[in-house]
Amino acid sequence: MKPFTRVTALACPLPIANIDTDQLIPARFMRRTRKEGYGPVLLHDLRFEADGSPKPDFPLNRPEHAGAGFIVARRNFGSGSSREAAVYALADYGIRAVIAPSFGDIFAQNAVNNGLLPVRLPEDAVENLILNLSAQPAPITVDLENTRVEAGGLTLPFVIDPVWRTKLLNGWDDLDLTLSHAAEIRAFMERDARARPWMAPSRTG
Amino acid sequence: MIGNPPRTLFDKVWQAHVVLTREDGTSLLAIDRHFLHEGSHHAFAQLADKGASVARPDLTFGVADHYVPTRRGAGQVIDPAIAEMVERLERNTAKHGITLFGLGDPRQGIVHVVGPEQGLTLPGLTMVCGDSHTSTHGAYGALAFGIGASEVAHVLMTGTLWQKKPKTFRINVDGALGPGLSAKDIALHIIATVGADGATGHALEYAGSAIRALSMEGRLTLCNLSIESGARCGMIAPDETTLRAITGRPFAPQGALFDQAVEAWRQLPSDENAHFDREIMISASDIAPIVTWGVTPEQALPITARVPDPARETDPVRAEAARAALDYMGLTPGAALAAVPVSRVFIGSCTNSRIEDLRSAAAVLAGRKARVPGLVSPGSSGVKRQAEEEGLDRIFREAGLEWGESGCSMCVGMNGDIGQPGERIASTTNRNFKGRQGAGVRTHLMSPAMVAAAAISGTLADCRPFVEGRKA
Repeated sequence: MKPFTRVTALACPLPIANIDTDQLIPARFMRRTRKEGYGPVLLHDLRFEADGSPKPDFPLNRPEHAGAGFIVARRNFGSGSSREAAVYALADYGIRAVIAPSFGDIFAQNAVNNGLLPVRLPEDAVENLILNLSAQPAPITVDLENTRVEAGGLTLPFVIDPVWRTKLLNGWDDLDLTLSHAAEIRAFMERDARARPWMAPSRTG
Repeated sequence: MIGNPPRTLFDKVWQAHVVLTREDGTSLLAIDRHFLHEGSHHAFAQLADKGASVARPDLTFGVADHYVPTRRGAGQVIDPAIAEMVERLERNTAKHGITLFGLGDPRQGIVHVVGPEQGLTLPGLTMVCGDSHTSTHGAYGALAFGIGASEVAHVLMTGTLWQKKPKTFRINVDGALGPGLSAKDIALHIIATVGADGATGHALEYAGSAIRALSMEGRLTLCNLSIESGARCGMIAPDETTLRAITGRPFAPQGALFDQAVEAWRQLPSDENAHFDREIMISASDIAPIVTWGVTPEQALPITARVPDPARETDPVRAEAARAALDYMGLTPGAALAAVPVSRVFIGSCTNSRIEDLRSAAAVLAGRKARVPGLVSPGSSGVKRQAEEEGLDRIFREAGLEWGESGCSMCVGMNGDIGQPGERIASTTNRNFKGRQGAGVRTHLMSPAMVAAAAISGTLADCRPFVEGRKA
């Protein structure tokens, strides 16, 4: 996984609340494999007309936001389903971080597991950012090392779970760490099978 | 006297599964049940890349539900791209020695209906699935939650999962529900009260006399919708209703093991004076039949209300969200909700497709005709058989609705069951998101009795006059 330390890129404002996972990646596209790439179908029904042509007014389609590396959105971003494809779509499109006042729980976990940073900022800070970016598109910097967003003259500190921060800074995968505890896991499961023999699915099933 | 500090139901199940806790506070939990559906293909691809095997195939169960066709009688042609999704699950589970309730299996159904039905869902377990509505199983006092594909791969490879401990949040619902009301109305009322992100980072416990009075089906509906208020999971303490629902199920413990399990389960309810980080009280008598009017489940109101006016919303961001929702939904501020015409109805999904749900819709529909087309998709092949034994299928058909097979169907539209752009659907499902039931489709969420009333009326409608004198 690609580490996230300090990234400077264009930020695209999406002044919409509740951008749920069904909008991030409509269900009909979820049959594709990751190798096929999910970037082209990110926010498909918001970005494209029914005939497949881009909607010129949708912020991500506007020339001044071409190549955006960040999205700034309103509350409850990524609410809804557990589909990790919602994160694949953002990551494959080139988005490195999403800035919003709140995130869907499973979405945020999936994001961190794929090197995409969910930045939680207070609602008024997000509104300010949306206002500024809409008036004057410009690159901003998301600094995970110092947990702050630098936008124009503004420095906006954010709070992130320290576990997520460490994981993203290092680009770590949980699996290696878990496998290093294999003996403890085995011992736990043996002990548990004796303590809770009823947990195992009955063989009559 | 020094005793153990009082603990919540959630604390007890959590602590019993902690293999180890890192210095940063993250715990590695042992996972007791892992359900897979067709969407698991991303996780299996990760396993294949690593050449890894499945650590606990004995605790892992596959169910075909998201892509299965609702119409699968003789002569039905299945879209090859859809069939491939079901077959991919068959190949992946067979390769790793995982039990599959696949297409054609008499145990097949929606994963969150099948788990309890087969006795795989038990109190005190940790349960995960790559599906956000896994919170459903909390109705039995299990710690159950949805996970993403990378976590699915992790559980497959290790039988464990890293988790941050969520905060606890008890929702007490006391008193008696009025006639015609159900768990769906309680759930939508809670989501509208708490907000779609109001319980983020929390484990919910539902308590109070109105919850105790709910059947197992009702509890499953309530816990199912926990995720729609942003919660990690929702739990209800096991009681006699729970034990009756487990007894004799195929995969549930039997004989002496069952007795031993019951002894353990009786220790699970939250201790008196257990600390919750948040707590709210709701009076059941304040709850009316609810419909959603917008594009997030929090945009919900009693059926007797009018479409809200965004101009009266003081918070500008909420006002803007309401305006956008009304624009998508094609609704006018101030219009009576109970007069909004619908073009289609759907009864089904992991939220409301169990036998009690079908009975309550059938009680409204019996001897009446639907004014709009609609589909009824039972939650499992077992529910379908039971409904047919009770003659419910006949009631639905005679009312003019289609009686289909079990699966996620029109809740998520992955199998091709979708509405046409601009259509307005009264639906027993869980999400009224834009495009969820098809591009441009407008979804109104409500209970099965309310969907039945909408079918008869051709508009959103109060189910209460229709249930008078009828027994669900």
